[in-house]
This record gives sequence, C-alpha cells and structure tokens, in this order.
Amino acid sequence: MKIVVAIKQVPARDSQLRIASSGKWIDEADLSYEINEPDAYALEAGLELKEAHGGEVVAVCAGPARVAQTIREALAKGADRAIHIQEEDPAALDPLATARLLAAALRSEAADLILTGLQSDDLGYGQTGAILAELLGLPHATLVMHVEKRDGGIRVKRELEDGWFQHVEMPLPALIAIQSGISKLRYATLMGIKKAKTKEVRRVTAADLGVAPLAASVTVDRLYLPQHTRRAQLFEGNPQEAAAQLVEKLRFEARVI
Amino acid sequence: MSILAVTEQRGGAWNRMSFETLAAARQFARELDTTASAAVLGQSIGHLAAELAPQHLEKVYAVEHPLLQDYTPDAYTIALRQLLQRAKPSIVLFPHTYQVRDFLPKLAASLGKVAVSDAISHRVDHGQLVLARQLFQGKVNVDARFAGDAPHFASLQAGAYRADQPGPEGAPHPAAAVEKFAPRISPGDIRTRPLELFRESQQSLDLGAAEIIVSVGRGIQEAANIPLIEKLAEALGAELGASRPICDAGWLPHERQVGSSGQTVAPKMYMAIGISGAIQHLVGMKASRTVVAINKDPDAPIFEMADYGIVGDLFEVVPALVEALQKSK
Repeated sequence: MKIVVAIKQVPARDSQLRIASSGKWIDEADLSYEINEPDAYALEAGLELKEAHGGEVVAVCAGPARVAQTIREALAKGADRAIHIQEEDPAALDPLATARLLAAALRSEAADLILTGLQSDDLGYGQTGAILAELLGLPHATLVMHVEKRDGGIRVKRELEDGWFQHVEMPLPALIAIQSGISKLRYATLMGIKKAKTKEVRRVTAADLGVAPLAASVTVDRLYLPQHTRRAQLFEGNPQEAAAQLVEKLRFEARVI
Repeated sequence: MSILAVTEQRGGAWNRMSFETLAAARQFARELDTTASAAVLGQSIGHLAAELAPQHLEKVYAVEHPLLQDYTPDAYTIALRQLLQRAKPSIVLFPHTYQVRDFLPKLAASLGKVAVSDAISHRVDHGQLVLARQLFQGKVNVDARFAGDAPHFASLQAGAYRADQPGPEGAPHPAAAVEKFAPRISPGDIRTRPLELFRESQQSLDLGAAEIIVSVGRGIQEAANIPLIEKLAEALGAELGASRPICDAGWLPHERQVGSSGQTVAPKMYMAIGISGAIQHLVGMKASRTVVAINKDPDAPIFEMADYGIVGDLFEVVPALVEALQKSK
C-alpha cells in the first residue's frame, strides 16, 4: 500500500504568541516549532498500516525552510521519503491554498491512501483533508479512529458526537483525516535518525507545480489577542492560604461541600 | 443578499445546535437588512420542516431524497450544491458539528471557497459581515470577512449563539412557506458506505449522576501523578473526570472523559485541574453549578468559565487543598 501522510509544522504548544506588526500574522521571531500534534497521529497510523501491509510512506509538508526539521523527524520515525513544498509565507496558506499545493504535488504519486491530521493547532480550520479529497476526486472520511484494510478498500471507524461511532467502508484510493489520540506515538530511534539523513526529500515550489494563487474567498482583517472576560474569584498567596480561602468559599458561599 | 441556515438532523431527531444556527441566521439577517431561510436534509423529514416553519424565517427548504436517509459527504455535497443554485443565498450558515466538519470543506472547495469554520462571533462593518474565529487553540483571535462572489460559507461554534434568542420584535411573523426540493442524486455518486451507528461497550460509569466532579487535564504531566488528583476526589467525595488527552493517553478510561466526544455533565461542583479549557471540554461541563479552576496559566480559557480559581502549580495547590479540606472537616 502506498500511503501519503500530509504533515504541518506549527508553533510549539506552550508558545507565548505575539501579533506581528502587520496585524495579519503572528510574530515568528524566537518561536520554536513542532509537528502539528494531530498530524503526528496521522503519521503513526500510516506507519502502522505500512508495517501491517507493506508498501511505502511518503510525508508531504508545505511551508518555509524551517519545516525541514519536521520533515526530518517524520523520516526518522519511519517515513520512506518526503516532499517539501516550499512556501515562505505561512499566512498565505489557508486550507484551500494548502490543499491545492498538496493536490498538485500528489497527483503524480498515485497513492492508495492519503492521511491527514484532523485539524491544525495553528489555524484550526479542520478542512485541509476534506478539501484535498475533493480536489483529487477521492472519497474521504474525517474523525477517523481506526483504519482497517479490506479486500478492495478500507473500513474506518468514525467518531460521532456523544460517544457514538460509525463504521464506513470505501474503495481505495481514499483520503482519511485521523482523529488525535488513536494510538501511542512512537519515538524516533537512533538508527532511524541516522537513516533519515540518507532519505530522499524532494523540494518543489508552487511555480514548479504550476499552481497559481487563487483569489482569496476569505480575507483577514486582523489578528488580536482575545479579551478575557474573567468572572472567577481568584485566590492568591501561597498555596496553603489560597487553598484555605477556596475551601471557605466553597463551604460558606457556594455551599457545595 | 439572503442568508440560509442549514440545520442538522439524524434519524428524524434534531441536532440541537441547529437552533443556535437559526438564531444566528435571523440575527445576521436583521443586522444586514435581509432575509433568513432554513434548510433541512434527509428522507421523510416533513415533520421537521413543519417545525421550522414558525421560526421567523422567509422560507424553509425540505431537501428530501432516499439517498439522504443516511449521511454521506457525497450525497450531502451534491444535494446542497443543487439547493444553492435554487435558493441563491449570499451566506450559508451551519452548526459546527462533527457532520458539518466532514462535508462543509468539500462543499465549499467544490465552489472554490474556504468556509469560515468554527466562528465564535460576528459584527457588521459597513454593511459587511465580519466573523471572528480562534487561532492557535484559542490564544489568538482573527477577524475575517468574505471576498469574491456569493455564496459564502461559515460554521458556528457550539454555544456561540443562543438558541432561545427571541425572534424579531413586533407583529407575529407568519409561518414560512415550506418548499420541497428533490435533488438529483444517483447511487453511483456515493462512494462511501456508512454502516450502523454504535456505542463502545456499555458505559458503566454515569458521570452525569455525580454531585461533585474533579477533572484532570494535561497539566498533570504524567500517569504517575494521577493519584494526587484521586486523593483530592476522595477528600471531596467526588467522581474523577478527565479531559480528552488524559483518556487518549490511557491514563484514565474513556468513560471518565468529559466533553463533546465524552460525557456531558452538570454537577453541583466541577473542579478543573490542569485543564486549559478547550471548547470541546467546556461544552461538556458548562452547565455545572459551581466551577473551580486550578491552572498555572492565568490566561487559560477555563478561568472565564470558573466561579473560583487558583492560579498556581497544581503540584503545590492540590496537596494544600487536600490538607485544607481535611482540616475543615
């Protein structure tokens, strides 16, 4: 089975963010980056399918030069090769723009299965996977907890709301957006890290792929830090004092204990 | 210009978020000086369309087809594309449900558009709609507006609009006309085969019955630290709950998960420890009577929902709290 996993690089989870002076993006100075966590689960699912059924895992990532690090990590974990779509302006990558680049890069790959994370921890649109399926003319399912290969296709377990699930069957090729947390993430081994250095990374640009930008259907007015409308009574001081104050309030004001 | 709210039903029962979308559509229409209509998709949904008719709408579209009985992204996309040609709305609103997340990106992309997904609020600026949504997991907001030709698409975050908002004031609105719309869909258009819905092995634990819940999130750092929270739950006579990452990691069973994909609870007291308060968690506990948050990040969204809070290191605060509870007994 030939599996492509689309991955994204995002600011590390605990980053303190500032807005860029343009107001259109964040200030990227001094930020550190990591793989988008949902995509780490998509990669894991791809590697597990390859281990079970053989084949190849290709990682594809769009973004500026810094994403090379995230691509190397994917290769170290076991991806066989990678495609880096070079796009210097991360603010230009809305889900349709990203999916158009991915689609152009993947058309010639003729993958059996394309996996994406459910959403990105930066833009959070949760759309790139389903858009990519539409652009490539593939059936898709999102919020997928499990992928099982069957004769002539796959059967996936989708998560619905309120603890419900559903199995969905579809032929290959197909695109699946993977829900986070579906299995334990592996670490790269020392051997994997060593081998990653020799693996192929194809670098392409939008121009190489023949993708011209589309007129945006959504434009950004500005980014801003949300105003916090806090109504909590906060207890300060050392932990002992704060805890004692809280217990008193819970007992005599809220009367819940 | 007009607004179309696409509602959601399954097996003839509403997804209640549909009514939040209807309320938003009416409000947008009022502020943009236009009309709001609604659509419901499925098979044998006449009774649902009839329920929408008195909801202060211009028109109700009952989109019926045997192939819409069970949801598939293919059938829904085809049906809605045809409906959009008929209804010609400028703005199409959806509840940001799991189902909408599955097909809306495909529908919008098939028309060369990006949907503004998971919008949290709006304003009208020079006659144009500006939608706010969250980036970077709620750390940053963005104001966005639509560009280019209609139709434009947006989905609305759970709870962003109140379903019980009254309709426009003044004379009672006449019931909207219900228009039946039969899309052309053939079985060959549908590439995925949905099977029966199911639940995992019977949930043995009903958190909904608990009077006090102590919930733990990522802040606990590792499984070995869970007993610290168990001790606090014991001191309070509380059930133990958790946010999704804790259950995904296997540190607590999924039956203890609170949130949109877990249980919805409304205890007398909900204590959130090391939980930042992602919307998926908040929708599962926002009806709790008293909410207490303990978190090291003073900007964590959970503090906006909490009645009482301690900003601090949970590894210091929780033992102090256990001690204070024992002392006060």
